[in-house]
Amino acid sequence: MSLDRRHFIGLGAAVTAGAVLAPGLRLIELVQARSPEESASVLRRWGLLIDTALCTDCEVCVTACHEENGVSGHGRPATDAQWIRKVGLRDKRTGHAQTLPLMCQHCAHPPCVDVCPTGASFKRADGIVLVDKHTCIGCRYCVMACPYGARSFIHETVTGQKPDVPRGKGTVESCTLCVHRIDRDEQPACVEACARDGGKAMMFGDLGENDGELRERLRRQPSSQLRPELALDTGVRYQGL
Amino acid sequence: MMGLLAVLLTAAGVALAGDKQPARVALPVIKIEKGEKCVEPTAEMRRNHMNLISHQRDRTVHDGIRTVKHSLKNCVDCHASPKTNSVLGKDGFCESCHAYAAVRMDCFECHSSAPRKAASAPLAERRAP
Repeated sequence: MSLDRRHFIGLGAAVTAGAVLAPGLRLIELVQARSPEESASVLRRWGLLIDTALCTDCEVCVTACHEENGVSGHGRPATDAQWIRKVGLRDKRTGHAQTLPLMCQHCAHPPCVDVCPTGASFKRADGIVLVDKHTCIGCRYCVMACPYGARSFIHETVTGQKPDVPRGKGTVESCTLCVHRIDRDEQPACVEACARDGGKAMMFGDLGENDGELRERLRRQPSSQLRPELALDTGVRYQGL
Repeated sequence: MMGLLAVLLTAAGVALAGDKQPARVALPVIKIEKGEKCVEPTAEMRRNHMNLISHQRDRTVHDGIRTVKHSLKNCVDCHASPKTNSVLGKDGFCESCHAYAAVRMDCFECHSSAPRKAASAPLAERRAP
């Protein structure tokens, strides 16, 4: 069998077009924007990259998150829900101070999911770690298991919830990566607010196999996970720590 | 539970058709505020709305499927009273019937009973930059 030049080029083009095995069957699936009828896909792994060098001493991300998700406290810091918080780090020897936002790290191997007795704490196909409050019994095992202290228990009756973000007494909650916004192809509220009013320190994107802006930046620049020794493969990565 | 509801509704029908005596329990207020018809036939909705919502809730929470047809938000958007901006309250669409049938609903302990403020654009129209 011999291939002439024209056929050879045609074959090459077909392979580049996404490794097509047969019509409609691809070796490498192309990622496309999801329609509302489609399930979240394992072809995505949503994550964040936070550049602590750009993170200023503001609380814009915290305010935006709590506004978007209708998280309001009762003026009782010990028990009020906290989806995202600013953490300050200071080197005692040099006095160098840093600040960074800390929220659910959306681990690939989340301890909160391992310990949940009802399966309420779960990881969605696209890597977002969530609580199904319909099955949460409020045992708070996940609150204890999370090494980042990201989960909160709701102690008191909640009123005035946002239609997109149901919240109720007796369940555990944490950062959802603004899953309701992601499902309509928007960025999380904290990222949007940081880009608008903050230091442009946060970047949202796909950590998965697909070539995207976030993945490209992670390939080019050094970044780190918090508590890497736990090997949780976090979806939130930091730079400049 | 559904059987009980059916019995109660039938009893209400009989009571309505029969003598002129007022019912012992106030009949539910069913006032449709918006939209020409529901997502399913009325008889189907009366008996099975809870199953539709429950099925949709798992698809939404676990799979991220946010079609509006059988979603609780869609119920609330149409059925909330413009006066109270809620499906709850004495004459609220959900609460008045549930009070009549003596079936407790937990939905609104977490979910908002008010309709969405601005109707969001269809999902397909909003794509990432």
